[in-house]
Amino acid sequence: MTVDYSMLSLGDSASFPESHALLDNARRRGEVVIVTGNRTEEALERLGDTGRYKAVVIELGTQCLGVYTGEARGEEGSNLLGFARFRLGDDPPTNLIELVRQPATRPAAIDAARAVFESAGFKVALCKDVPGRIVDRLVRPYYNAALRRLDESLASASDLDTTLKLGLGYPEGPIGLLERSGLHHHYDVTQALYEASGDTAYAPARRAQVAKRRTLAAARTQEWTERKLDQPTD
Amino acid sequence: MLPSALREGSGARERNRVTSEFFALFGTTEHSFMIQTIGVAGSGTMGAGIAIVAARAGFRTIVYDTAQAALERARNQTEAFFARSVERKRLTREQADRALAVLQGTTDIDALAQCDIVIEAVFEDLKVKHALLGKLDRVCPPSTLFASNTSTLSITEIAAGSGRDERVVGMHFCLPAQLMRLVEMSPGLRTSEETFATAWAFCQALGQVPVKTKDNPGFILNYFLIPFNNDVIRMVEAGLAEPADIDLAIKTALGYAMGPLELLDLVGLDTHLLVAEALYAGTHEPRAAVPALVRRMIAAGHLGRKSGQGFYKYSGSAMFGA
Repeated sequence: MTVDYSMLSLGDSASFPESHALLDNARRRGEVVIVTGNRTEEALERLGDTGRYKAVVIELGTQCLGVYTGEARGEEGSNLLGFARFRLGDDPPTNLIELVRQPATRPAAIDAARAVFESAGFKVALCKDVPGRIVDRLVRPYYNAALRRLDESLASASDLDTTLKLGLGYPEGPIGLLERSGLHHHYDVTQALYEASGDTAYAPARRAQVAKRRTLAAARTQEWTERKLDQPTD
Repeated sequence: MLPSALREGSGARERNRVTSEFFALFGTTEHSFMIQTIGVAGSGTMGAGIAIVAARAGFRTIVYDTAQAALERARNQTEAFFARSVERKRLTREQADRALAVLQGTTDIDALAQCDIVIEAVFEDLKVKHALLGKLDRVCPPSTLFASNTSTLSITEIAAGSGRDERVVGMHFCLPAQLMRLVEMSPGLRTSEETFATAWAFCQALGQVPVKTKDNPGFILNYFLIPFNNDVIRMVEAGLAEPADIDLAIKTALGYAMGPLELLDLVGLDTHLLVAEALYAGTHEPRAAVPALVRRMIAAGHLGRKSGQGFYKYSGSAMFGA
């Protein structure tokens, strides 16, 4: 199934920070519009009547698609879908597209959106419009538990990681993975999921909170230093 | 390379190396490391796998089971395993023959009297383990160490019924033990330092990778795996995504070799229920509670690969629906 598509990119995109075949192969006009970036409301305003497209697919961060489409008694759905290219903190984006549907999303819109992403080489997993979609919804409580149990001295960080790598064949243990990809990013995701779900399994673990505070403090220090350097000297 | 035939040739050198590391690590005396004969109580999947590991490392290994048929089944599986190892050039024929030669089965518990360490791999029930260890305590000399392969029960509680709680240690091998190198080592509250150190060195001499964990429900592996799998099952239960989409997402995003639902089908929903119930009983953590879908699937006979249907349908070794 070949589908012509166009891109509308406004603002920063976590899914496509760099060039990609999906962006390169887009046309000026198409049956499907992929909206990337974090200025989604503005992009939708520019698109005008979205109903004239087979599908409009909106990049999501930690928010739900319903924020843009509205929701109605669990019967919502149209030709608007959401998507996110999964990435873990500072790691580059992966090859996974989580495609977000609502209860009454048109099957033809889902098929068209899936075809566009698959034509660019992505693996596409379809899920409902829930906080965390598939991957973050499943792995963030596990990462939180690992950080908490490290605080409670269940085992050393290296023994925790070794156990989960050797015991389950995971390529990386949770502690090493979070340290490498940025613990403060874990804070950002879990705080958003905790606010959206109210589930304490998502409440950011202490170590993630510390990392976030240190990141903010470092940013403030840098800003203060730069401002001081900019000031004229007598 | 596996430390084979520890009592001769290159095996002796390997044993000397392990022993030296042991002294350096724990600063104890040489007589502490005198393990030569291993007992394995229980010849089910785990027991048979542990016996393969011990025999392959060159230790004289005695497998005890109350059922002769279970011993024979384990022996056949073991011979088939070693034959495959030779075919795949992981062992030479001589190494396989040597391992089979040091491995024996018995229904007579008195045969374990000569063991320096007995690893129990019987049913995950405290009463069953207490009954076994009570008998072993009467059979074995006071110097014999007892190790438990429990995956969820407390080592301290198991040790309390052993008659020698200072000489009991947790040694949780991963399934399948003959292929997985990880062993979770856990001391109970009354386990002596010497017992733990000796068991640790023995684990290394087996060619395994020990990790130390507290005597905590589920230790490390199951403490994290069972709630994660429960969350995955709840996602299916709530209809948030199809099993194939969940597995695809996890494998693509995180580089896991198997999706969580593929793994659950392989392990079996009935096995997952047993382990999860034990973990929940020990922690009362909400994520450890077994989702209702598990019991419904078991009632429907959807146990996973072994019944032909779990989260996926199977025909022979082929998978449908993925």
